[in-house]
Amino acid sequence: MSSKANSSIPTDNEVILGILNNSDVVLKRLYLAYFPMVLQLIINNNGSADDAKDIYQEAVIVLYNKVKAGNFELSSKLKTYIYSVSRRLWLKRLTQMNRYGGDLKDFEEHLPLEEEDPEKHADRDLQFGKMQAALGQLGEPCKTIMEDFYIHNRSMQEICERFGYTNADNAKTQKYKCLQRLKKLFFQQN
Amino acid sequence: MSDYRLLEQIDRYINGEMSGEELAAFEQLRKDNPAIDSRISEHRNFLGALKHYSERLDLETRLNAIHDEIDVHTLEEELMIKPSWIVSLWRHHHSKISVAASIAIFAVLTTLLFTGGFKKHDTAYVELKKEIAKVRISTVLLNEQSHNIKKQLSSSGTGKIMANPGKFSGTGFALTSNGYLVTNYHVVKDADSVYVQNVDGDSFHAKVIYTEPAQDIAFLQINDASFKSLGSVPYNFKRAKSDLGEDVFTVGYPADVIAFSEGALTSPAGFNGDSSAYELSILARPGNSGGPLLDSKGNLIGIISGKQSSYEGISFAKKSSYLLKAIQNIPSDSLVKPLNLNTRNGLAGLNRPQQIKKLRNYVFMVKVYN
Repeated sequence: MSSKANSSIPTDNEVILGILNNSDVVLKRLYLAYFPMVLQLIINNNGSADDAKDIYQEAVIVLYNKVKAGNFELSSKLKTYIYSVSRRLWLKRLTQMNRYGGDLKDFEEHLPLEEEDPEKHADRDLQFGKMQAALGQLGEPCKTIMEDFYIHNRSMQEICERFGYTNADNAKTQKYKCLQRLKKLFFQQN
Repeated sequence: MSDYRLLEQIDRYINGEMSGEELAAFEQLRKDNPAIDSRISEHRNFLGALKHYSERLDLETRLNAIHDEIDVHTLEEELMIKPSWIVSLWRHHHSKISVAASIAIFAVLTTLLFTGGFKKHDTAYVELKKEIAKVRISTVLLNEQSHNIKKQLSSSGTGKIMANPGKFSGTGFALTSNGYLVTNYHVVKDADSVYVQNVDGDSFHAKVIYTEPAQDIAFLQINDASFKSLGSVPYNFKRAKSDLGEDVFTVGYPADVIAFSEGALTSPAGFNGDSSAYELSILARPGNSGGPLLDSKGNLIGIISGKQSSYEGISFAKKSSYLLKAIQNIPSDSLVKPLNLNTRNGLAGLNRPQQIKKLRNYVFMVKVYN
């Protein structure tokens, strides 16, 4: 495991600054600090450790996106916020699975969240799912080219060499053909 | 212009790769052609989604890497709320517990069936208990009696009196001067022969002439050739009930010499509410059974019949009115001589030692052989 300094609970401000700076260390400390809390919530409310992982990561992503979007105002302790988001996500999941017994065992205090948060998140989630599906349908070599260029941020030069294109123009053409197809697949799903 | 050429241009425009003339031309095109304008914003959205997708994928990869470092299993063990021990006991052993419970219930029902537990209802059960208690009381008496006899046996070498000790003994007292005595039924029960011994140590053969086991009363008649009249009985028999708090006393033969014991009348009902007896705070010992109970004026008010085994100092005496009733019930052909009760009280006005001096000639040790 990590050193003691790394695993200590970061202050709320540290977390926000860390997210804005893309700090791996802070992300790790944040993750380690609050995972047990969410694990406790989930496994004592009809969930498994894997469910806890999913829900907690989703909650961290919600926080991450919110901070990145620049409109995050901390109105409570970060711990309470994460707990509340996780709780809400888990309630939603339980209802979807018809496993919600109408009673949730709580371990922390929690806030009633403003509606927009999870809604916005759900919208993003949907887009994420669509993109995943579109990429899945794209097929090779387009999928790799798209991922290399847009996700792994590789330069056209690199992509050329990898796929053995004789000149950059050919690669570019190929890339735009792929982008065109991906767009089509993405928007078709509506 | 082919579709992907346009796409390329839009891409480059959004990414800010265009410059100078190209940029100006493209912006003009965008202004002129609303279709191209909408394509641009559509593409901008798409790129945004793609960016989010990649960011999220990246974040998830990072989170997964962190997650892999956590020992989730140990954490899970720690954080799981343990059900209480009784719940876990039930979860692990419920089949065994069920079997054990079934066997226990079956055993109880079987026992009840064979002991007749189903046949008797509650009141009968209480009665049974009372009876057991009574039996226990008399057992206590009897055991002590035989113990006393054993003591007498061992001392019989030196004693002139106990040439022929009985198996059980109690006390009895005279009803009339001509040899009618009364004692407890439980003293003479199952007797083959009965001897009575007076205060001077003279023994006379006696015969049981009538018993009332329900009242624990037995009548004896001395039928010994050596017996002469006792002289008129000094006490009279009280018909009315005596009051609570009355000073009472008795004399009897708990050992082989006569003994005095006194106390007070503490309740108008005897053991378990038996209304035919008094409760007394007299220290009665085994062997006192059948002795006379007198009040301070010398009226005979009862017959000492037992004590409570669980408390010291609580005894019971059959009320004299039941004795008088029992006398009425004696069949006349059992009476060889007339049975006329004394009505004059010769003890009133005497002090206690003088009362006892007179009384003791009319109180006998009843020895039973069987």
